[in-house]
Amino acid sequence: MNSTEPATAKRRGPLGIARNWWILITTGIGIALVITLFSPFASPHPDGLERVAEDKGFIDSGKDPGYKIIPDYTFPGVENERLATILSGIVGVLIVAALGLGLGYLARRTRPAAEPQPPASASPGSGGS
Amino acid sequence: MVLPMPQLPILLHIPDGFLSTWVATVFYLITIACLAVAIRKTSESYQESTAPLMGVLAAFIFAAQMMNFPVAGGTSGHMLGGALAAILVGPWAAMVIMACVVGVQALVFQDGGLAVLGANIFNMGIATALVGFAVYKAVTGFGNGKRPFILVGTFAAAWVSVMVAAFLTSAQLAVSGTSDWGIVLPAMLGVHALIGIGEGVISAGAVAFVLATRPDLLGITPDFGDSTLAGEHVR
Repeated sequence: MNSTEPATAKRRGPLGIARNWWILITTGIGIALVITLFSPFASPHPDGLERVAEDKGFIDSGKDPGYKIIPDYTFPGVENERLATILSGIVGVLIVAALGLGLGYLARRTRPAAEPQPPASASPGSGGS
Repeated sequence: MVLPMPQLPILLHIPDGFLSTWVATVFYLITIACLAVAIRKTSESYQESTAPLMGVLAAFIFAAQMMNFPVAGGTSGHMLGGALAAILVGPWAAMVIMACVVGVQALVFQDGGLAVLGANIFNMGIATALVGFAVYKAVTGFGNGKRPFILVGTFAAAWVSVMVAAFLTSAQLAVSGTSDWGIVLPAMLGVHALIGIGEGVISAGAVAFVLATRPDLLGITPDFGDSTLAGEHVR
């Protein structure tokens, strides 16, 4: 995509992020996706706050949200509950990974001009747009 | 096997109705102000690793938060991740990551109420990042950045961050009149002292993995002749 860059510059992939960082990104998100495969085996017990709310008698103060998209980490319309949980995890991981990367990319684009930049990436057209 | 579906999933995510309107509103304002600062500081302190790590950490923390682990007495807990994120990308980018995770949990997964989203982001994402980072820096500074202190500092940062989040949640519940200080605070801190151990073990494990594979992300050169390791005794 950015083949016009000088050969000395770091090869860049999408979002102007160097290729070697994309290896870390895909590995890291891959690890997160593997973790979601185990999500059906998470402890079904009530969590800390829920346990305290039950024991201390204020659990009934809780209100259901007025709408549902993927409630209780169960992908709607999937019969198999384990599969529904894993699917919801995959969807969530991909959404937050995209948000994190996107906001990080915006932070790179909007960093102050005073920030010293490597000369190779200061050339016009290296921003990937 | 049928999986029981808890009505109010996972640790520390406050559902709507638990907090009074004004407590929820005040924490919305505090959270918005903190995130505005965090976004600016993330830009100012941007490094080449920032955007890749923000994506990876958001993904890992979301997945880890789904993995409730059992603690004593038929109770479960899960990782928060704010301290771990702050250790790897600094507190400001960590706040942005945690706002993404907690925001998506509320908006898409109905985990944590929308009216109390500001409080949830503050408790689990902003306070954990700030406190976790401070504890980590204190411990690693004391240990001169040596590897065992990095792991001990991570565990301590993670444990303390969970306790702070539990304290804040208790305080919000008490001020809202949902429960009494004397009832909710000891109960919450007691449970989360155990959950914090899980947070500490997972966070230290993640940092040990980073130390083994990409120590440069923690400011350590892979070279074992590095000065931060000079004079280190083998445990």
